Amino acid sequence: MSKKHQTPLLDELKKGKWPSFVREIERAAEKSEMTDDLLGQVEQSYREKVVHWKHGGMVGVKGYGSGIVGRFSDLPEKYPGIKEFHTVRVNQTAGFFYTSDMLRKMVDIGEKHASALFNFHGSTGDIQLLGAKTSELETIFQEYTKLGFDLGGSGSALRTPSCCVGKARCEFANFDSMHMCDGITQAFQDEMHRPVFNYKFKFKFSACGNDCTASIARADLSVIGTWKDDIRIDQEAVKDYGKKFNLHQYVIDKCPTKCMSYSDEGGLKIENSNCSRCMHCINTMPKALRPGTKGGATILIGAKAPMVSGPRLSMVLVPFYDVEEDAKNDYAWFKDLISKIWEFWDEYGVSRERIGELIQRVGVGNFIESIGLEPLPEMVANPRGNPFVLYEEYVEADEEQKG
Amino acid sequence: MAEVQGAKRITDIGPHNYNDFLHPVIKKNYGKWKYHEILSPSHMVHVSEDGDKIHTVRVGSPRLVSSSFIKDLCDLADKYSDGYLRFTTRNNVEFLLDKEENIKPLLNELEKLNLPAGGIGNVVANIVHTQGWVHCHTAASDASGVVKSLMDELYGYYVGAQLPAKVRVAFACCLNMCGAVHCSDIAVLGIHRRPPRLIPEKITNLCEIPSTIASCPTNVIRPDTFNGKPSVKLVEEGCVFCGNCFTVCPGMPIADPLNDGVSIWVGGKVSNARSKPTFSKLAVPYLENDPPRWPKVVEAVKTILDAYKKGAHKGERVGEWIERIGWPRFFKATGFEFTKYHIDDYRLGEATLNYSAQVRQ
Repeated sequence: MSKKHQTPLLDELKKGKWPSFVREIERAAEKSEMTDDLLGQVEQSYREKVVHWKHGGMVGVKGYGSGIVGRFSDLPEKYPGIKEFHTVRVNQTAGFFYTSDMLRKMVDIGEKHASALFNFHGSTGDIQLLGAKTSELETIFQEYTKLGFDLGGSGSALRTPSCCVGKARCEFANFDSMHMCDGITQAFQDEMHRPVFNYKFKFKFSACGNDCTASIARADLSVIGTWKDDIRIDQEAVKDYGKKFNLHQYVIDKCPTKCMSYSDEGGLKIENSNCSRCMHCINTMPKALRPGTKGGATILIGAKAPMVSGPRLSMVLVPFYDVEEDAKNDYAWFKDLISKIWEFWDEYGVSRERIGELIQRVGVGNFIESIGLEPLPEMVANPRGNPFVLYEEYVEADEEQKG
Repeated sequence: MAEVQGAKRITDIGPHNYNDFLHPVIKKNYGKWKYHEILSPSHMVHVSEDGDKIHTVRVGSPRLVSSSFIKDLCDLADKYSDGYLRFTTRNNVEFLLDKEENIKPLLNELEKLNLPAGGIGNVVANIVHTQGWVHCHTAASDASGVVKSLMDELYGYYVGAQLPAKVRVAFACCLNMCGAVHCSDIAVLGIHRRPPRLIPEKITNLCEIPSTIASCPTNVIRPDTFNGKPSVKLVEEGCVFCGNCFTVCPGMPIADPLNDGVSIWVGGKVSNARSKPTFSKLAVPYLENDPPRWPKVVEAVKTILDAYKKGAHKGERVGEWIERIGWPRFFKATGFEFTKYHIDDYRLGEATLNYSAQVRQ
């Protein structure tokens, strides 16, 4: 291949031991001519220290309002290959599992109809094909649906839900995160493909408190695995760990609720009613400790990145949700909770206001009352410390006398 | 929009069901895993209640990959893992094998292809990152270039060198922060430092004025008129350079080669283990964009890692180490200057002050 553009700055990034994205763009350009101009434009960005993509642009496929993100070069005469270079978001499988056979077919579509350049995967979870012309979008969409893959979410819609590896390959899983993620994604296809929300809405499913999907940091609705009953202990295996490291120093003393004790005679004892399910002891001794058998999840709400009113973490909404029971009913209880939350957001939210920001604006108390949940001490780190209380009722003297 | 004649249109089918892609050993032991062991930074084994084993070999990827890269992985999967593979939330590739004897030849072949095997346990995990100049219009810095430069430097920590605990590094090229950058052990964040330029013709013709005004977190975008038509003006002193106005209004570009750059944040985590999940906190308010290799950013991250490695107890994440030694000693250990920008004056800032006489002297 003869390179169209000189890229002395990018060439520097082909050196070093970590796999080079510049080399990957070059390899994509070997398969798809249009991608060569990407090298030229990125080199110019490196030279000028400024981005060269235009602001937005609405593109999509028939009947969908999301799944494609418009991307146009601001130097189309100079780089005609990337005049239109849109992102196609393809909804990943739950748990990111593939076979070589399917992956080859999926990337062939990108070679044949677009740039041959991908993100495996984007931050939200989709496989992203970077760089398709407007005229190719419908064909690309149909090729992917023929393989059984639909588009993901974008814009003010439900974004592509994602989950951890869960029960497929993790002994810490307290609920079937892949099954739930897949089920909820299928249930809300309309909300994903046709944006009607105030702003984006994200679900992420992590099957234990280690939260491999970072749901507590970035999902409007975080479902994080926990359990009801006692941690299962294999005392012999605990002893074996004791031969490898100091149990007090690395396990007992690090327990945030101080609910554990250990002696060589009595073994490991856990006051399970005081355990906050943080996962530290189980993480440290996976051969000796396992979560209880009555698994489920804590549901949290409101996490988001900074825009508009600052970053937020999710807060507890439902301390224990019996996932397995609800799964028998096609997650009816969960879907009902979601519809109440979306109804409230639709009624009171303003444009570009995430659910967490709305809850902060109207007050957690008012929000949970509206969706029919009880206030619970699990929702707060501590009760309020200031006396500026919005009491909603008072009695008057004559009423008191009557009463 | 192109119509495809004669083709039956399939819509609203959702993702392909995962069951079609699970290794037989995974299918058989779904929900029955008993424990796992990390045998090396690139190899772990999960053992089921029935005694079945599935081996995982983890490999780093640059996230931005060609179709040929994926086909290389497919060839390896066909040869060593019966065609089964998966990806992780941090852009690693995992080969899933039931034949232990295939691990060594797979690792050898990965080495030949210059693909890094590692990322498991108390090491630097693969850096999650955003699009940057390669494919985003709001980027204040490039993502892939900074990440490549960092991972070249931290390579040894990915493939094997042990740290006190796992270290998760993340990069976002603007404050939109695609990904959980704000809760990472070390986060590098692209930032603007100059208020947006107002292009009145564009604002009047292309922007919805109420939503442009509402996009500002500090309420310094105010109504105005231009040639008798609705427009906006900006009170520059109150701008916090978030760029959200540009996201909703193309008439307010904020990218500026002289002033854009990155900031560095430390001590966040998403895991609930021991301490609660928490945001990363500001360590370095500004470093200039210095392509192609951003040496000052690499240096700063290296400084944090070195101080952490030297000072942390075994098992302490970066944030837990800083919490124990106190922020004044963190700034001393790293040599970073503490400035007025480090003191939070935004919404929850009041909660971050030291209301006590507990001061390490």
